[in-house]
Amino acid sequence: MNFTLHIWRQKNINIAGDFVTYKIDDIDEDTSFLEMLDQLNEQLIANDEDCIVFDYDCREGICGACSLVINGYPHGDKKATTTCQLYMRDYKHQTELWVEPFRANSFPVIKDLTVDRSSFDSIIQSGGYISVHTGAAPDANAVLVDKPSADEAFNSATCIGCGACVAVCPNASATLYVAAKITHLSLLPQGKIEEKARAQKMLNQMQSEGFGSCSNHRHCERVCPKGISVSNISKMNQVLAWS
Amino acid sequence: MSSIYAKDPTGPLENRWEKHLFNLSLIAPQNRKKHKVIVIGTGLAGASLCATLGEAGYQVSSFCFQDSPRRAHSIAAQGGINSTKNYQNDGDSVWRLFYDTIKGGDFRARESNVYRLAQLSSNIIDQAVAQGVPFAREYSGYLANRSFGGTQVSRTFYARGQTGQQLLLGAYQAHSRQLENDNVTHQSRSEMLELIMVDDQARGVVVRDLVSGEVSAHTADCVVLCTGGYSNVFYLSTNAKGCNTSATWRAYKQGAYFANPSFTQIHPTCIPPTGENQSKLTLMSESLRNDGRIWAPKNSADCTKNPADIKEEDRDYFLERMYPAFANLAPRDVASRAAKVICDKGLGVGSKIQGKRLGVYLDFSAIIEKLGLDAVAEKYGNLFDMYSSITGENPYQTPMKIYPAPHYTMGGLWVDYNLMTTVEGLFAGGEANFSDHGANRLGASALMQGLADGYFILPKTVANYLAKNTLTEVDNDHPQVVQSLKAVKDRIQKFMKAPQPKHSPEYFHQKLGGILWEACGMSREADRLKQAIVDIAELETQFWQNIKVTGVDNDLNQTLERAGRVVDFIELGKLMCQDALMREESCGAHARVEYLTEGGEAKRDDNEFSFVGAWEFMSEQPKLHKEQLNYEFIEPTVRNYK
Repeated sequence: MNFTLHIWRQKNINIAGDFVTYKIDDIDEDTSFLEMLDQLNEQLIANDEDCIVFDYDCREGICGACSLVINGYPHGDKKATTTCQLYMRDYKHQTELWVEPFRANSFPVIKDLTVDRSSFDSIIQSGGYISVHTGAAPDANAVLVDKPSADEAFNSATCIGCGACVAVCPNASATLYVAAKITHLSLLPQGKIEEKARAQKMLNQMQSEGFGSCSNHRHCERVCPKGISVSNISKMNQVLAWS
Repeated sequence: MSSIYAKDPTGPLENRWEKHLFNLSLIAPQNRKKHKVIVIGTGLAGASLCATLGEAGYQVSSFCFQDSPRRAHSIAAQGGINSTKNYQNDGDSVWRLFYDTIKGGDFRARESNVYRLAQLSSNIIDQAVAQGVPFAREYSGYLANRSFGGTQVSRTFYARGQTGQQLLLGAYQAHSRQLENDNVTHQSRSEMLELIMVDDQARGVVVRDLVSGEVSAHTADCVVLCTGGYSNVFYLSTNAKGCNTSATWRAYKQGAYFANPSFTQIHPTCIPPTGENQSKLTLMSESLRNDGRIWAPKNSADCTKNPADIKEEDRDYFLERMYPAFANLAPRDVASRAAKVICDKGLGVGSKIQGKRLGVYLDFSAIIEKLGLDAVAEKYGNLFDMYSSITGENPYQTPMKIYPAPHYTMGGLWVDYNLMTTVEGLFAGGEANFSDHGANRLGASALMQGLADGYFILPKTVANYLAKNTLTEVDNDHPQVVQSLKAVKDRIQKFMKAPQPKHSPEYFHQKLGGILWEACGMSREADRLKQAIVDIAELETQFWQNIKVTGVDNDLNQTLERAGRVVDFIELGKLMCQDALMREESCGAHARVEYLTEGGEAKRDDNEFSFVGAWEFMSEQPKLHKEQLNYEFIEPTVRNYK
């Protein structure tokens, strides 16, 4: 397979970036999208050029490091998939690809396709946890959790913190990310006690990091690689409303 | 050769850790903030350690190379975590987990450490549940368990196929909670490139900011490495692409002994490679072996057929045939070698790469028929989805194809009972150390070890070290600090300006992986190992001559990062081969073809090799030290899973 790639190159946040066009040929259809970029980078090294920088790590869809907007969609247009789990066979009919970084003010570009998502860490630091001391927890079966709640908490907890929800949102809101954590912890008896303070602190932090608010576009749910539902946002609003 | 000692307590096994805890020195709460600890790596061991030390009131600085501490590779662990809760009332106990782990490791681990691990396994589950880790539950609301590779009890706690993710997020959140508190600081996108030694003590690290390229020194009272394993030495492995040995290798070169480097685990259930340009391999959780049946065609003519067209009587359920007692749940090393034997005989399935089909079937049709599609989807849904998105095949309809791949490294920095390396003030936790798993790790015990080290062991032993030593502050203009900084900067320039830049880091990494997979992978043999040592030395020379890094060093430059990691892997690869050559026996994952029974079982030599091989760096040849393993409580037996 042969592709024409228009890839966003940007030296750093202070210098404007632009698309640069590359050609890559003889790509096997079982090659992953990131392996295709690896091969392009090998070509660049051979030509004495600086490589295209992009984030990746586990390459199995769980670490949340990879990003990229491909032909307008964060993580490509395949549903419930991270970029690292895309294969070139998925692009049989789209041989011209536009590859950009996740775009949001709260995710400043570091270089090329890499953005700074440390604002997500700051949101967790502001309260996205249960305040338990280490070393003296009660027996694990002392607190029972009904299975439906445990399963639902798990679904919310599968968020990988990639930021696709922000990248696709017209408001660059991180509400789905915040709501998923609030819902995960609120559904469990251990997390119930701090729920309201936690929700307020995390939302305040989200705002001070410069993310926008939710206005119900629901694009976030559509691009979430883990299929996290916007019902998490309703649940968060319930937590905030009950005082 | 000289001997080294673990300094573990004596007396009844069940009292050792408690007795030791009492003998460890403490630091009063008001004095803790005067002590500074550097933690490298934020996986299960690192994050849980930072959380615990931070909460106790120590000054902690953590670093990780990823863009967030939550992305450490612990996140990818799928199957579960063992604990001796015995909630299922099926005869489990601390003693049984201890025994299983020692036996699973083929009698090459230290009794005191493993017993402590089994004791702590119960506290870990309590801690994780209190943090809100959403483990699987029964309809009654109680925690659910499953059995896992190599055991006959159901002691594994799990969160669907994402147990590592959920446990890491628990530790990450606990770590984040401490970051709100001024005692703990963290820097992401920062890679440790050197260990700073002052008066024979570890007193700091040199770190490269991966965004700006700036190299800086950070000093402290002691340093803890929780930097994971080195499976990526093989190039293709199930590890995340960034996983590397550089922190542990720098420590080795500063005097920390490297133990059992050749003990590397090849996991049986990975998705086979499909082509030459593949960048990594994907593990399918071992839990699939609970319900999936592994088979290969009996006749090579059937290897290219659709599996549905191969008659039942023409299928060889080889694990069930060879190991009737454990069958498809045989330990990882045993199952992997069996699959290799089948494929080497020309009975493998799947894509042909370099003349061989490297795959066997993992078939769920029997369990789907028994439990129904929904029940199977509930248990393994995410794993099946992952398989089908990678391969484009539907495992509900056609059997999965699997093949062994490098997955975990039992070897690592040698540590004593306090998890301190041979360098004073340098500790190692999690996969970065060599302890607990001997020559083969059992399923669901890596998460357990990482968290035992981070939440429960290191916080106590690090405090003891700080209490017992009077450490004067090391300034940034200390000659050792200045020298370490200079060494790092000089080395970076060597990568940037090779005499004849020609090949990318990937080129060298692939070459190294090829050599090691053949010589030091699932089967090892003296002549091949000797040749590999020569070949790797040649590759190293070629690396320094021809390494090509484009771009500049004071910038985000992933090619430069890779170059540094690859050359450390090259050096480690040589040591792995030397270790494998030295160990003239087979044990656990270390299979020397000269020391296998006719049936392919490991022939252990307890008279000669019941020791941990710990290597000391020397400029010419590494020097071997032995820690003799004394089995006071369990008599080593032949590890038989038939």
